[in-house]
Amino acid sequence: MPEVRVRKKLILLEEIFHEGGPVAAAPQRRGAALAVIHNPFAGRYVEDIAEFMEDLKPFGLSMAQSLIAALGGNPRVVEGYGKGAIVGTAGELEHGALWHVPGGYAMRDLLGGAKAIVPSTKKVGAPGTRLDVPVTHINASYVRSHFDAMEVGINDAPRADEILLALVMTTGPRIHARVGGLKASEIKGEDGLR
Amino acid sequence: MKAKIRKIAVFLEETLSEMGRTVDPPSRRAAAAAVIENPYAGRYVEDLSELMDIGEELGELLTQKAVAALGIAASTAESYGKAAAVGESGELEHAAAILHPKLGTPVRRVLGKGAALIPSSKKRGPCGVCLDIPLGHKDAAFVRSHFDGMEVRINDAPRANEILVAIAVTDSGRPLPRVGGLTKSQIKGEDGLR
Repeated sequence: MPEVRVRKKLILLEEIFHEGGPVAAAPQRRGAALAVIHNPFAGRYVEDIAEFMEDLKPFGLSMAQSLIAALGGNPRVVEGYGKGAIVGTAGELEHGALWHVPGGYAMRDLLGGAKAIVPSTKKVGAPGTRLDVPVTHINASYVRSHFDAMEVGINDAPRADEILLALVMTTGPRIHARVGGLKASEIKGEDGLR
Repeated sequence: MKAKIRKIAVFLEETLSEMGRTVDPPSRRAAAAAVIENPYAGRYVEDLSELMDIGEELGELLTQKAVAALGIAASTAESYGKAAAVGESGELEHAAAILHPKLGTPVRRVLGKGAALIPSSKKRGPCGVCLDIPLGHKDAAFVRSHFDGMEVRINDAPRANEILVAIAVTDSGRPLPRVGGLTKSQIKGEDGLR
């Protein structure tokens, strides 16, 4: 199967101190690791694409590692995560689906076997396309304070024969979380949901 | 109705072919979006219960509109998602108040089931901002063919004192899914995951 050919990587970090309400003791941090890779299936219909997931696994792991490093190096600060992909216009939406397994399991492994499904989204788009990557708590999808999202994108990517891959991690709840629901302190952590 | 709605938009996408291959039956997704006045724009308000009630109203209204656009029996819907974009005089938490406490129950009531978490995203942004609504199978979040996303935008919304709220419903997964994983025929539908 094809190797992973990387053109560009980008790390984004947001620190949120307040949104018009009380300033939090510690800012919420959101980080994204983006990578622009060549789409080996661009321009034609290829039936058997699933094996490319194997090639992407070590790459996903390195992206997740660099994101944790950007957040200070301690995986235990990470409380929320999400993933996404933007496929260049010579590709297919299904090529973005190749990112589910390598992107998701890389983060779950590095975060100590996180239990919740990694929320995701994907689309086909031109360079500069933005993507709202959904975010939920790493151990219990229903923790309401951690339902979040981070918008990402790169001005010159993805080109037609590229895929932009994204991983997102957050260090805490929304900055003024106050709409109730399951709290992080109430997680049972058995089924990944509650 | 508590919601002061300025505008409703409905989107229906049918994908008939990908990379030259016919998609038969076509992959179909619908989204219904409402532009509402943000009762808390421009100030910090601690109690967000009015927006939670508005979420409940919109959950029913927008799901009905999306299902109507698909022209299907509500019980045959397969995946769903929700998202909100808050205008610049509002707070991210206002999106959370609409989406999380009360919106899901009427969505599930309209569709007849929905054991899985409704995937979501949220952001703050200007008029014309694009929302990526994450999509997942409504009864089993791990169905890989239904991991998807739908982009919606309305050129003149949200204004600074408005919120754009959207619900997406499909009657199918991605076109030509072929990256393996749990299939819809294998759903047990008990825990919302598998």
